[in-house]
Amino acid sequence: MQPDRTPLLSVENLEVHFPIRSGVFQRQVGAVKAVDGVSFSLQRGETLSLVGESGCGKSTTGLALMGLVKPTGGRVQFDGQEIRGFNRAALKSYRRRMQIVFQDPFSSLNPRQRVKDIIRAPLDIHKVGTPAERETRVAELMERVGLRPDQADNFAHQFSGGQRQRIGIARALALNPDVIVCDEPVSALDVSVQAQILNLLSDLQRDLGVSYLSISHDLGVVEFISHRVAVMYLGKIVEIAPKTRIFAEPGHPYTELLMRSAPSRDPRKRHSFSATNDDIPSATKKPSGCPFHTRCPLVTAVCKTTEPALTAREGARWLPVTTAELLS
Amino acid sequence: MSEMNTATHVPVLQVSDLDIEIRGVNGAFAVVSDMSFSVRAGETLCIVGESGCGKSMTALSLLRLLPDAATIAGGKVLIDGQDFLAMNQRQVEDFRGEKIAMIFQEPLSALNPVLRIGEQIAESVRQHRKCNRREADARAVDVLRLVQMPDPERRATQFPHELSGGMRQRAMIALALACDPKIIIADEPTTALDVTIQAQILGLISDLQKRLGTAQILITHDLGVVSEVADRVIVMYAGRKVEEASIYDLFDRPFHPYTIGLMGAVPGAGASSEAGDRLADIPGTVPPLWNLPKGCAFAPRCANASARCLEERPPFEEKRPGHWAACWEHDDAA
Ligand SMILES: Nc1ncnc2c1ncn2[C@@H]1O[C@H](COP(=O)(O)OP(=O)(O)OP(=O)(O)O)[C@@H](O)[C@H]1O
Ligand SMILES: Nc1ncnc2c1ncn2[C@@H]1O[C@H](COP(=O)(O)OP(=O)(O)OP(=O)(O)O)[C@@H](O)[C@H]1O
Ligand code: SF4
Ligand code: SF4
Ligand SMILES: [Mg+2]
Ligand SMILES: [Mg+2]
Repeated sequence: MQPDRTPLLSVENLEVHFPIRSGVFQRQVGAVKAVDGVSFSLQRGETLSLVGESGCGKSTTGLALMGLVKPTGGRVQFDGQEIRGFNRAALKSYRRRMQIVFQDPFSSLNPRQRVKDIIRAPLDIHKVGTPAERETRVAELMERVGLRPDQADNFAHQFSGGQRQRIGIARALALNPDVIVCDEPVSALDVSVQAQILNLLSDLQRDLGVSYLSISHDLGVVEFISHRVAVMYLGKIVEIAPKTRIFAEPGHPYTELLMRSAPSRDPRKRHSFSATNDDIPSATKKPSGCPFHTRCPLVTAVCKTTEPALTAREGARWLPVTTAELLS
Repeated sequence: MSEMNTATHVPVLQVSDLDIEIRGVNGAFAVVSDMSFSVRAGETLCIVGESGCGKSMTALSLLRLLPDAATIAGGKVLIDGQDFLAMNQRQVEDFRGEKIAMIFQEPLSALNPVLRIGEQIAESVRQHRKCNRREADARAVDVLRLVQMPDPERRATQFPHELSGGMRQRAMIALALACDPKIIIADEPTTALDVTIQAQILGLISDLQKRLGTAQILITHDLGVVSEVADRVIVMYAGRKVEEASIYDLFDRPFHPYTIGLMGAVPGAGASSEAGDRLADIPGTVPPLWNLPKGCAFAPRCANASARCLEERPPFEEKRPGHWAACWEHDDAA
């Protein structure tokens, strides 16, 4: 489906710094710059994927947009309105229109709760409809995500992983959200069941026009689900471009490294992976200059001191101008 | 690892008709049934299958490290021609490390947290070799260098928690290699790692195998990993082998409907997908091992299931030369 052009969600310079405290007085001695100036937009009906190595700030970005962690800086606009200027009613409506599905269906659902109560909870919280209407809505949602409505009285622990993920999706859909943040929604599932859930997400987008901010470390999943991809490294987006471009011709050396590292699907086209150790620096001890310089095959002296900025090139593709280019 | 590998014709590991049983709340049930396979020096056998199909149980039984709830109920394991299951505890311990060693998914739980990396490796060396402390310590640094641990002398003095995930996995591989085992079993060695670090560890494993000529069993649920490293592949479903073939035969022409389904279900396998495309998913879920259907265990999810499939379990037989499968279907393409 062709996403329409006005961004539904627009994020500018989002920043989440966690304080590092130490000593008896728990004084702040530094900060984990988990998200360090991230900007992107999300269209209606679009899927944008965040990819990058563990700890690069993908989940924190999603949680900050959900209001589940507090941003330390930046601006978020939803449907053209700035969140900071939201009054209580507007904020409440924003919370209805943004939902999240987590990775682990086993820990994100209360096993002692009945399925119908889990799915109905958002309707209760936001006081939507009469009790009878809520009941009907729950049945409708269960059907929508491929659960049998006669299972409504069962407990979460009686369901398989894939079914629990369906429950989580039904709950997220209850209030007809515009955006669903999907944080590794299939990585805990078996391949055969993972495909069922990916198909479900894809069908829901086609039928309901919902947007996804999808977080995944599996490049196969990313390639399947996304319209656009943002590659994150140590709290920053280093490249953002349409899916086909990212996969066909990665622009940033880090994107290239990620693509090169994914196993081939053809035993006749094996990679000759290098066995050398290449350690990932952490968000607490970020390298100077370009944060990727400790691993970059194209590193020059300037890269170690000067951080490149994200610049638009060739229309829809954003990536940092490398320092090498700045010099030329 | 490659078509021109150093494989000889004598299997160093030969497993026949292995049965493993678990006593649980649902009574005793089989987790692994009729497993037979062999591995030669220089060869990599991959075992793939979904969660709970019995891959780890198979691996652990080959070192006689099964959890208390599980027992080997039948079958034979020959390591270097010797009957491993008939050995006493002392002999088993001699064999572990010296002949057969294991690499686990979670290095943190497999490494001793209060022992320095170098000490752990040296300890294993001294258990198997007549050598003094200094020689064992030197061997530890040597194997750390072999696995391309940066700054091996210093890393040897560090504790597991001081290393990154990738370096810990290297330390565990070093520990497994310390006594030059003939067989290495790696259970999901890269599953917990980032794709970039996974690539390095797979590169390292391939490299080492070319140089050392060990026989290798690599267990994974990831067909991408399989396609990178396997010479031969076993596909398991609900505790049994359902298919076995060379890597090329399996990827070129999978036989079993489950294998075909798995290959279609992996996203990104096609050249490029459009958002809105659908994957070929396999309906339903894996049945619980204590309540398997009577005939073919895959029948409830199989589009080709016939009345016979529901009644009788298909035998594991050679469908094409060197290509085995457990399915009532015939090879119509042959
Ligand atoms: N509540 C917190 N307090 C302090 N540091 C945190 C907190 N949450 C996350 N971090 C740190 O922020 C960084 C980014 O974490 P985040 O969970 O967003 O990464 P991620 O990209 O989702 O990684 P993964 O792929 O492992 O899920 C990490 O260094 C993490 O340790
Ligand atoms: N300690 C245990 N006690 C009882 N049952 C167990 C135990 N460990 C595993 N099982 C059961 O044995 C079966 C096979 O488990 P196994 O660990 O071999 O699966 P696997 O193929 O390695 O799966 P995974 O991909 O999740 O690692 C599973 O059904 C599991 O529930
Ligand atoms: S700025 Fe320099 S180090 Fe950073 S990605 Fe570009 S070339 Fe590599
Ligand atoms: S034996 Fe029958 S049910 Fe089983 S895989 Fe073959 S065709 Fe399908
Ligand atoms: Mg995360
Ligand atoms: Mg396992």
